Amino acid sequence: MVQVAEERRTRRRRASVPPPVVFALVLIPFTLEVVGVFWPAINGVWLSFLNWNGFSAAEFVGLDNYARMFTDPVFFTALRNTGIWLILFGGISFVGGLAVALLLQSERRGVGIYRSALFLPIVFSLVVTALIWNAIYQPNGILNIVLTNLGLGDWTRLWLGDPSTALYAVIVAALWRQIGYVMILFIAGLKAIDPAMLEAARVDGANWWQRLRYIVLPQLRSVNLVVLSVLIIDALRSFDIVYAMTGGGPFRSTELLSTYMFEAAFTSRQLGYGSALAVVIFLLAVGVIISYLVRAFSESKED
Amino acid sequence: MALIDDALPMLADEPPKPVRSAPARRRTWRSPLRTAAFHVTGSLIALVWFLPILLVLLTSLRTFDDIAANGVGALPEGITAANYPEAWTTAGMGQAMVNSLIITVPTVVLSLLLASAAAYGLSRYRIPFRRTILLVMLAGNLLPVQVILVPLVRIAEALGIYDSLPAVIIAQTAFGLGFYTFVLYGFMRSIPMELQDAASIDGAGVLRTYWQVILPLCRPALAALAALAFTWIFNDLLLAITLLRTDDSFPITAAVLSLLGQYGGQWNLIAAATVIAAIPCVLVFLVFQRSFVGGLALGAVK
Repeated sequence: MVQVAEERRTRRRRASVPPPVVFALVLIPFTLEVVGVFWPAINGVWLSFLNWNGFSAAEFVGLDNYARMFTDPVFFTALRNTGIWLILFGGISFVGGLAVALLLQSERRGVGIYRSALFLPIVFSLVVTALIWNAIYQPNGILNIVLTNLGLGDWTRLWLGDPSTALYAVIVAALWRQIGYVMILFIAGLKAIDPAMLEAARVDGANWWQRLRYIVLPQLRSVNLVVLSVLIIDALRSFDIVYAMTGGGPFRSTELLSTYMFEAAFTSRQLGYGSALAVVIFLLAVGVIISYLVRAFSESKED
Repeated sequence: MALIDDALPMLADEPPKPVRSAPARRRTWRSPLRTAAFHVTGSLIALVWFLPILLVLLTSLRTFDDIAANGVGALPEGITAANYPEAWTTAGMGQAMVNSLIITVPTVVLSLLLASAAAYGLSRYRIPFRRTILLVMLAGNLLPVQVILVPLVRIAEALGIYDSLPAVIIAQTAFGLGFYTFVLYGFMRSIPMELQDAASIDGAGVLRTYWQVILPLCRPALAALAALAFTWIFNDLLLAITLLRTDDSFPITAAVLSLLGQYGGQWNLIAAATVIAAIPCVLVFLVFQRSFVGGLALGAVK
């Protein structure tokens, strides 16, 4: 008996010490990611303290690049637009995605077609999305044609050429592509809710709104967290669609931090200032996500 | 076509609940009025959502003169397929499509190979700090890509691969690894340890178990990630235009975009190019439909 137990123990111990090849399996990908992502990221932070055009000698300027943002009106335009983007793109995707998920969650005939129509745009690149919507917004495009035919000729305009509408026009295009994705996340979350709970509430006389408010939404909390994180990161990273539709214009009216960063670093070759803007994007992403996580965490402790 | 319903249990940790498919499932009675309201709302949303795609398809079949006379949004006067070959040659789309595929296919294969190896080691063996390693890898994927752009260019220059497709392949692989590893780690943890013990009793080593036992069992997760990764990498613009300089090396996204700059008003050509640029991902979507949709929901339900 003792011998058997001992034998078993040694076998378990032997199994718990991974063979060397396992370390290689883990370390090769890990190293690639460290070298390909974290090392450049740390390097990017270092670059943000330099004044450098990439050719002549780099000069260490401390926090000058960050101080410069406070006197840079374009930075504030980009920051404000990024805020608008975060709230409108993030907010409408969230609410719209949840709404269509609630509408299309039940399995019935035809629902698959409606869902497919909503998430088909996810397969397109943001560049393709940009070109599709660019055509819609053309001066003689469908939007203006429809408005004219509805007798709303006064409303027609150069949607992407007018600084007061360009940013919103781009956001609509981005939403068209994003809502289907958010819908899928929410449908997955809704499917995970125990139907018995809803049935019990129904028996107790809870109406549709009460079931949504007191059962569905609280049950979706973990999905909410995923959706919001995805939306915040997507919003702050957004680049392709703006770059492709307006390039940040007209008159910087669609400039986001990400497009301004690209322009500063690669068009005007101010590598230090561009890197500092990238660090700001990073800090905003971390800040928004952490503050949301802290709130979600303290809320769940209250229960 | 209950895509999501079909796809999710396949990717879930637990086996699908038998309750759902049980014949005893109660059919809820719905009033015809509410059913009609549902379908009216549903088809209205679907129609509005599909309209932009239809519009581009129609525009790609019109002539330049028709568009110039009647506007981009008008209905076609006649239909022509001539825009497609013309867009294909003027935008250099053949080369761009090849470039995109040269970037995308190896990146997907390499990413999944490396990520599954890491996930295998982390999920099956007591590697020290395995949770930390996993979290660090996932965190890398949450970094806004902008932070690494400038240093990436310098590293690519130092390695002598700037303005070459391998630069994009390596960067894309490194950037995606965290997420793929995280998903595969979760999936592999749901595979019973006993299977591995059985394999090792039969004399299979670490690599053999990984390749012949674990990887085949991960097929659903691998298919979902492959479909997703294909569209992400194929559709990328930012990393590509940062690491590539010459038109000949541009992927399809950049090539189509440059068409907009050069042939600004020729919407017949731009629309045709747009449709061509979307085709590979639509094909992947159609073939991997279930995996794709299930993959989108990965990580949402835990």
